[in-house]
Amino acid sequence: MKPSRFEYVLPRSIEEAVAARVEYADTVVLSGGQSLVPTLNFRLSNPEAVIDLRLVPGLADVRVDGDWIHVGGRTRQRDLELDDAVHAANPLIRETLHHVAHPVIRNRGTVGGSIAHADPSAELPCLLLCLDGEVVAHGPGGARTIDAQDLFEFILSTTLEPDEILTEVRFPVLPERTGWCFTEFARRHGDFALAGVAATLTLAEDGTIAWGQLAACGVTTTPVRLVAVEDALLDGAADPSRIREIAQLAADVVTVPDDESCSSAYRRDLLVGLVERALRTSLQRATERATARTSREVTS
Amino acid sequence: MTSSTYRSPVNDDPTLDISLVVNGRPVEASVSPRLLLSDFLRHHLGLTGTHVGCEHGVCGACTVHIDGRAARSCLTLAVQLDGATVRTVEDLEGPDGSLSPVQEAFRDCHGLQCGFCTPGFLMSVTALLDEDPDVADASDTEIRERIAGNLCRCTGYQGIVAATRQAAETIRDAKEQADVPTRG
Ligand SMILES: Cc1cc2nc3c(=O)[nH]c(=O)nc-3n(C[C@H](O)[C@H](O)[C@H](O)COP(=O)(O)OP(=O)(O)OC[C@H]3O[C@@H](n4cnc5c(N)ncnc54)[C@H](O)[C@@H]3O)c2cc1C
Ligand code: FES
Ligand code: FES
Repeated sequence: MKPSRFEYVLPRSIEEAVAARVEYADTVVLSGGQSLVPTLNFRLSNPEAVIDLRLVPGLADVRVDGDWIHVGGRTRQRDLELDDAVHAANPLIRETLHHVAHPVIRNRGTVGGSIAHADPSAELPCLLLCLDGEVVAHGPGGARTIDAQDLFEFILSTTLEPDEILTEVRFPVLPERTGWCFTEFARRHGDFALAGVAATLTLAEDGTIAWGQLAACGVTTTPVRLVAVEDALLDGAADPSRIREIAQLAADVVTVPDDESCSSAYRRDLLVGLVERALRTSLQRATERATARTSREVTS
Repeated sequence: MTSSTYRSPVNDDPTLDISLVVNGRPVEASVSPRLLLSDFLRHHLGLTGTHVGCEHGVCGACTVHIDGRAARSCLTLAVQLDGATVRTVEDLEGPDGSLSPVQEAFRDCHGLQCGFCTPGFLMSVTALLDEDPDVADASDTEIRERIAGNLCRCTGYQGIVAATRQAAETIRDAKEQADVPTRG
């Protein structure tokens, strides 16, 4: 199949892009095209206008500034993955991106495109939610910031307005004494996962677990925070023997019914296994980081 | 310079002018905004080496290089490429018609049967090895993961994995030889 006819709009500024959003009744934004163009090819989407962001300046800028990593909405996934300053500031980002599709897709696919698309199985929305990130959206009334917690509404649906454009994605820098992990299970490397988990775990000065942040993808209609697991981590010591028990608390977030790839029961078990693995890896990395820091302090 | 008007898929579509470089040659054309790069290459420029399988990014048969990076031509509109540089499988061979190391390895290792997936594999593997010739030392499982974005319905992948490794060795050896300082 081939796309149906559309108006092709090539704005030179964010204001022009927003104006096009307002002018046409039914628009889509062409960022990396890796999710949009398949839907155009199969005529699942037949928009009046396609707004191509490629000439809007500044949308692919990446900078680490204080506690935040600012990523322009049109930044290619591959460029963010290869960015060493970003990796130094928050290693969970590169680890997550390695699970997003194949390198050839990441060469074109963008960070903002994936988050605006809001596929419940996608890794980047899950990452944003886990880290308590935020996005910036430009609309006719100017710019606003939306917390990850308030962004994802349903399958392929966000609280972005139809006349808004997502211009920036912000990820926090990883705090001190914090470990991280992204892990998922897919039938084939690069496929959308049956389930995936993003985690960070922060230790207190005395080495006990201070708190953890966890989110999962592929298990319900949006990426979801694993609140029950997070609550259980708050009042425990960093005792590996309890991790399996705590991971069980994740199972209840699964709402995906039996589907062609697996049963719902399998997905629950899978999620628990992934949470356990994510917690163990995060704990180990947090301990390594805390120790490395202490020995630096001792030697200096 | 190639210059022409190609109206596809429907003859009365309005068109936009684009200019780009394809396989080292400047190309100018007027295209419908809904024309895919894969169709532009095949129908307009006659570069039928780029194959079209699924048209939704899954099979990899249509892989080309855009501005030096591997990309799906079926997921790119031709109008997005105004000012870009595109390389297709037709550009892999040397000026004298000699095969590139990746092409040579696919022939040596029986990396193809029907050949439908081959242009896409050649372009993906060429990009992969440009970036990282150390794939020569990777395990078979790791090589399978690195090329998982392309599908083959014939070979069972054994020959393709072997070809990827052989090409990586050839490219790395050539790089190492080029890096040896010449003694004066
Ligand atoms: C074979 C294949 C495998 C894949 N596997 C995975 C995978 O495992 N995990 C994964 O997460 N993804 C996967 N993807 C999807 C890929 O990551 C996409 O790149 C991504 O989901 C969309 O990003 P994009 O930049 O290509 O967006 P586009 O395709 O350009 O846009 C997607 C949608 O978001 C909207 N949009 C885009 N940008 C904006 C903006 N700035 N403001 C408002 N709305 C906007 C568009 O209107 C459109 O509806 C896969 C894709 C393919 C083809
Ligand atoms: S035809 Fe482009 S990926 Fe299959
Ligand atoms: S050789 Fe026939 S599809 Fe790969």
